[in-house]
Amino acid sequence: MSRLTPENELLASEIISRYPRPKSALIPLLHLAQEQDGYVADDAMEHLAELVGITPAEVLGTCSFYEMFKREPVGRYLLNICTNIACQLTGGEELLHEAEKVLGVRPGGTTADGMITLEDVECIAACTEGPCLQVNYRYEYRVDPAGLRKLVDDLRSGARTDIPHHGTLQRVRQHIPADRLGGIEAPEVAGTPAWFTARQAPPSEQKAGS
Amino acid sequence: MTATDNPQTTTGVPFTLNGKAVEARKDELLIDAADRHGVHIPRFCYHPRMNPVGMCRMCLVDVDMGRGPGLQPACMMPVTPDIKVDTESEATKSAQDGVLEFLLINHPLDCPVCDKGGECPLQDNTLSFGPGESRFVEEKRHYEKPIPISPLVDLDRERCILCDRCTRFAKEVAGDPLIHFIGRGAQTQVNTFPDHPFSSYFSGNTVQICPVGALLAQPYRFKARPWDLETVESTSAVDTTGARVLVQSSRNQLTRILGLDSDAVNWGWLSDKDRFAYQVTESENRVTEPMLRRGGDDLTPSRWSDATKTAARALRGDPARVAVLGGARLNIEGQYAWAKLMKGVIGTDHVDCQLSDGLPAPMALGLPRATINQVCAPGGVVVLLGPDPKEELPTLYLRLRHAIVEDGVSLIELTPRPTSLSDLAAARLHCVPGTVGQVAAALAPGVSNESADAQPADQMTAARALLDGSRPVTVVLGRANLAESARYTADAVGALQRLVPGVTFLPALRRGNVLGGLEMGLTAGFLPGGVRRAGANFPAWPFVPDFDGKDADGIMRAAANGEIDTIVLLGADPMEDYPDAALAKAALERVSTLIAVDAFVTSSAAEADVILPAALFGESDGSFLNLEGRLSPMLAKVTPPGQAKADWMVAVELATALGIDLGFVTLAELRAELSSMATTFASVDWNRLASADDGPVLPLKRQWVLEFGDAATPPAPSSYGLRLVVDHKLWDQGTMAQESPSLAGLAPPALLHLNPADVEALGLSEGTPAIIDRDGATLEAPWVADPSVVPRTARMAIRLPGFDVRSLLTVGRSVTNILIRAAGGTH
Repeated sequence: MSRLTPENELLASEIISRYPRPKSALIPLLHLAQEQDGYVADDAMEHLAELVGITPAEVLGTCSFYEMFKREPVGRYLLNICTNIACQLTGGEELLHEAEKVLGVRPGGTTADGMITLEDVECIAACTEGPCLQVNYRYEYRVDPAGLRKLVDDLRSGARTDIPHHGTLQRVRQHIPADRLGGIEAPEVAGTPAWFTARQAPPSEQKAGS
Repeated sequence: MTATDNPQTTTGVPFTLNGKAVEARKDELLIDAADRHGVHIPRFCYHPRMNPVGMCRMCLVDVDMGRGPGLQPACMMPVTPDIKVDTESEATKSAQDGVLEFLLINHPLDCPVCDKGGECPLQDNTLSFGPGESRFVEEKRHYEKPIPISPLVDLDRERCILCDRCTRFAKEVAGDPLIHFIGRGAQTQVNTFPDHPFSSYFSGNTVQICPVGALLAQPYRFKARPWDLETVESTSAVDTTGARVLVQSSRNQLTRILGLDSDAVNWGWLSDKDRFAYQVTESENRVTEPMLRRGGDDLTPSRWSDATKTAARALRGDPARVAVLGGARLNIEGQYAWAKLMKGVIGTDHVDCQLSDGLPAPMALGLPRATINQVCAPGGVVVLLGPDPKEELPTLYLRLRHAIVEDGVSLIELTPRPTSLSDLAAARLHCVPGTVGQVAAALAPGVSNESADAQPADQMTAARALLDGSRPVTVVLGRANLAESARYTADAVGALQRLVPGVTFLPALRRGNVLGGLEMGLTAGFLPGGVRRAGANFPAWPFVPDFDGKDADGIMRAAANGEIDTIVLLGADPMEDYPDAALAKAALERVSTLIAVDAFVTSSAAEADVILPAALFGESDGSFLNLEGRLSPMLAKVTPPGQAKADWMVAVELATALGIDLGFVTLAELRAELSSMATTFASVDWNRLASADDGPVLPLKRQWVLEFGDAATPPAPSSYGLRLVVDHKLWDQGTMAQESPSLAGLAPPALLHLNPADVEALGLSEGTPAIIDRDGATLEAPWVADPSVVPRTARMAIRLPGFDVRSLLTVGRSVTNILIRAAGGTH
């Protein structure tokens, strides 16, 4: 859809300044773009490429590696229903069918009002609480069909204020003033890292290297 | 492996390979060491010219490092002492079988319609190491087949085995990471960003190194089967780098050019122009028979005898009224034959194989010469005193880029604009036209920065530190700006020679075999072998010119003034290619006879009275002298079309029509005479030229004392004016690109590049073209604000579609000052 807004561009330059190399800021910047538009738009990727000095193809390479960066528009809420074994045994597939019926879309589809995108997912690591699902990666446990209908109604009516729109990573942003940053240097400039202690190689390796 | 590896100076690493005790070089990868000892380990992703990544796992072999055998990728493993390697163990075979079975799961079995079929590493490895039958009965993965990822390259993603060769090439070697792995897992594919095609100048290399048929060259697609192709080793004549190539033909048609891995020159890489410009030979517009203008009428086909008779008549007059332009397209033999015909028989010295776009002949011939390997040797310092190598000498650019990125070479830019190497340069001195000599002189220790025309102090300091004599220095020398006299470049050369004793030069000229032309005497004042005309003794020649001739500029002026009657164009097209368009037109229209030896009716040949059809690249045997002075074979693979002849034969025909025996009727006789006349060629073994690895580097160490004055002061810029920088793009409207169907559309539209600060100062507004005014001559041009343009300069490329910048250029000007205003403005 769009490039970063001027406010987000400012934010982007602050994010970039926290890394020894602009390119290292790519993933936080992709989150920023997804937060802005709800998905990572092509124009946004081109913009990020300009900001960090790589080609759009390289941005796309990184972006497309991660399932949670969406490159097509999704609804305000992304509904991930688990159909993996534990949830399947406790009714996950039925839940998915119910969701298809309620929303009128197949997995991968978005409702006509642009509110909800339905997805079936593999295990989301809440097996003791099956069948479970996520709304914008926020868990809902032991959901039954009635609970699902209520969830959808609540989402549509805006009652679920605890769940921000898709793409929002955090609602409280931590700002570190530039003058307090300090200490970030490119690896070739920086000295030995603090966590690195010189360790004598074992005798067998010393022999091989000599 | 780098070009500087020397087996004698490396200490061996002993290890056991399939039971035999052998030695690897220090830090050598197991796969390379095995190759050298005659053991082939199958591989897909490993390429000796790129960093290993261990993507494909095909090279897994059993390695025992003292803790029992285990499978290790041979391409990722430097040989360590006393390891035991077994490339034929059961575990190795099982791993190879398994890897291939996995690779073939999604690989379509469409080999019968695949370009790669017959020369495909996946086919070959499957046959040698893979399972005999497939156990896979499920549906294979499908993608749209094939998609164009650039104007020249198609991608068939179904066939891709994700070896990372093309993407690594694009990022590491070419520096154009426009293709990348997209997606993950089973859905991973190589692709471009939407609407950002893989428009690299080097895209064709990915087709050559693709180990399957996933990347396809559009010009070659479905044209031939590999087993039908006949091959010769030859040399690309696209630019003076002289990239070594394999020329392949099928049914007497050139069908493909591949890069030849030559340690000394191009490392197997080619630019797309090297690779695809062979299409020019198949153009429908080729001149295939002599053309003659009979009494003011149109050019009509004629017989060779009539055409040569007419040409001979025009050449018989006063030699001082005959001139020759061009000759960079010719091979060495053609150049010698023409030099002998024009200088030794006709007796004129008005000869120039450069069209005012190169370097003065004494500079190109007489400066101590470096080789590409010397320039790129690890730890050196390279001064770029020339054009953007990516645009003008792309294969050299790849070598330079590698040297800087991988081998610790430091680059100092002394250029009128940032180049494609600027991001990698250690010092960037971008000089407003006319100041490069001053800036170079100011690099001497103890000279104040003030004389360096406002170059940034940090860049000057960095450059001085690099030139302090502690590291070897070479200069890549060329013509960076056609709108600036070459004398400023000469000043800079003089300054660098004073500053760094023993500095050597790589003359990075652009046009094909132009350095061969200079060496063969196709330039005023010189005879073959770089011998000065005055006082030369050439016994095999009937004659030696008794006057020093004019260069291209002089010839053009003289012709326009009516002092020249006959001009011979050896593949030159001054109407389109000479920097001063008006002068070229006046000159060619004024002469009474114009003789063109060409393969096309170019704008200039259309004015000719006689056109003699010439053979092109791949159609005649000969040799090529590259910018290092390396003599390499340039061989015929197909026959010239119609009645076209090799250039040296045209010279012989013409001599015959003049009633003179040129002294040779075979290539062998010509070469024997050439070797006896040109001392630099005395030791050349012509019969072994084709079998020698990359051809011998001729002893061109002339060490002429070239007198350069102190830095000439350029005229002061007017307060409103900008200095013009005119250079070349790789894709332009040159004949070679235009007559190659796949390359014709690649030239970008002409655009005036201005620094944003100047745009603001000039009051130009977006969308309104600029009017460029040079002393009343005006040109309307679209413009773009480009922060890479040096302030107070304006940059344009020559020979692009849109507008012709040559209308602003006048020969003889030291620099070109222009005024710019918005179109429709009143001031």
